[in-house]
Amino acid sequence: MKAFTVSKAVTALMLAGLVLLPLYSQASGNIFILTLFTRVVILALAAASLNLIMGYGGMMSFGHAAYLGIGGYAVGILAQEGVGSGFIQFPVALAASALYALVIGALSLRTRGVYFIMITLAFAQMAYYVASGLARYGGDDGLTVYKRSDFSGLINLGNRVQFYYLCLACLFGVIFLIWRIANSRFGLVVQGLRSNEQRMQAIGFPAKRYQLVCFVISGMMCGLAGALLANNTDFISPAVMYWTRSGDLMVMVILGGMGALFGPVMGAVVYLLLEEFLSQLTEYWALIMGPLLLLIVLFGRGGIMGLLGRFNRG
Amino acid sequence: MAEPLLRVEKLVRRFGGIIATDNVSLDVAAGELHAIIGPNGAGKTTLISQLTGHLAPNSGSVSLGGRDITYLPAYRRCALGLARSFQITSLLFDFTAADNVALAAQAHAGTSFRFFANARKEKGLRDAAHAALDRVGLLHRADVVVSRLSHGERRELELAVALASKPKLLLLDEPMAGLGVTESQRMVNLLQELRKEVSIVLVEHDMPAVFALADRITVLVYGRVIASGDPAAIRGNDDVKRAYLGDQHVVTHHG
Repeated sequence: MKAFTVSKAVTALMLAGLVLLPLYSQASGNIFILTLFTRVVILALAAASLNLIMGYGGMMSFGHAAYLGIGGYAVGILAQEGVGSGFIQFPVALAASALYALVIGALSLRTRGVYFIMITLAFAQMAYYVASGLARYGGDDGLTVYKRSDFSGLINLGNRVQFYYLCLACLFGVIFLIWRIANSRFGLVVQGLRSNEQRMQAIGFPAKRYQLVCFVISGMMCGLAGALLANNTDFISPAVMYWTRSGDLMVMVILGGMGALFGPVMGAVVYLLLEEFLSQLTEYWALIMGPLLLLIVLFGRGGIMGLLGRFNRG
Repeated sequence: MAEPLLRVEKLVRRFGGIIATDNVSLDVAAGELHAIIGPNGAGKTTLISQLTGHLAPNSGSVSLGGRDITYLPAYRRCALGLARSFQITSLLFDFTAADNVALAAQAHAGTSFRFFANARKEKGLRDAAHAALDRVGLLHRADVVVSRLSHGERRELELAVALASKPKLLLLDEPMAGLGVTESQRMVNLLQELRKEVSIVLVEHDMPAVFALADRITVLVYGRVIASGDPAAIRGNDDVKRAYLGDQHVVTHHG
């Protein structure tokens, strides 16, 4: 391990806070904070998955919220059709996300730069309209999930604390995986492609194959977030796939620090807490949030993690 | 006669009305250092790009070790033993020198669809990287990020990256570009060493370097081969003089 740094200390503090939060919530009787932070953790998971392709892979996907919807609808639709077991719902959510990522990725990765951003956005909007057209499953109005995923007594998602820790375990698991991937052979190739695709081709790597696999892994991780999200809100609607939600995820990643392992977690915590706090102050909270984000992005290259990193260099 | 390592036959590439590569044929024998020279705009880089697979020819063929590679993508050619350096330095700037070379070694050492083990701790890859860095005299800079290397060091690193894939044939696109006098000399010495191990196609503007190094020289003008032969023959060739020094000069000379 390397020496103590400010960013490490802040990260450790944040993680400890996330782990201890249910204790505080129970001691103080503040249930709302647990509900809020369950949402924060789930969206942090989604942002972390986006960071894998955006921060490490250099693939600016503007349609990542589609997986939130796909994972969520997998849970919602199966529950509606009488399949309540989480052991079926969650694998289906992951498989459906993987399949969508495979098709969308294969098509989108033919393009680069702005075109990639636009085409991923377009596909996500298509997914949004498809979901809106699912008359049997609520269409525009969405679908209520009357019963949370059933893990046959292993864990009870109806229990707030248990559900929170499940989400947190998923988040830590995904971050651990991303950490291993980033330093693996595969991860180095993907990061090399972000840095200089022509060079990587010249030393013998077919770019698209690696990028596509990375895209699929990221999609599955976000699909998991979607399945959790549907359980958290007991409801799933096309709105979670809308392009502004994809934008929110991008902002979390950029805010926290692209390519920093814990950046998206930091980004999600700060973004969602700010949103919560500011919207209590004023109806026009976006007027404050916007400039604040601008300042951090303009002056903190590398987001909050980048800013914290600077303390060490004096 | 043995099959040449690289055979280029009647290669043609047009850009609109311009014929950038005009019926180019050339052979590179195994063990040879073959230089391609020509004035600016002669189509040297266009030719190299077709050899590496970054550009497809309109007609003609390229074969490596008897195998037709005309339409293979760049990464497949690399697997067959063709490595290149770029005229304009092309490296992974946010990676260390060692990482750059280790990735090239990794491309040729089993699958890269490994997701869990730390690749920077794979001894085989690190050793290969350090060996290649040592070869070009950069070992002491192994852990420096490329963006902090000098221009000369980056040119050497390009060479180390190409070497790490253990190529049969090295395509070097102006390795001396932008180098100072002493750096150029170092590069020439380095190439003198490398040519003992690997066949080289060298595109270069630095004439003293070319004549010091090459076994054979092919001269390209307006996309066409106007002469091909050993350095002495090229030095004495009237067409080459005309191309480089201008018609006027030759006419006066003859008159």
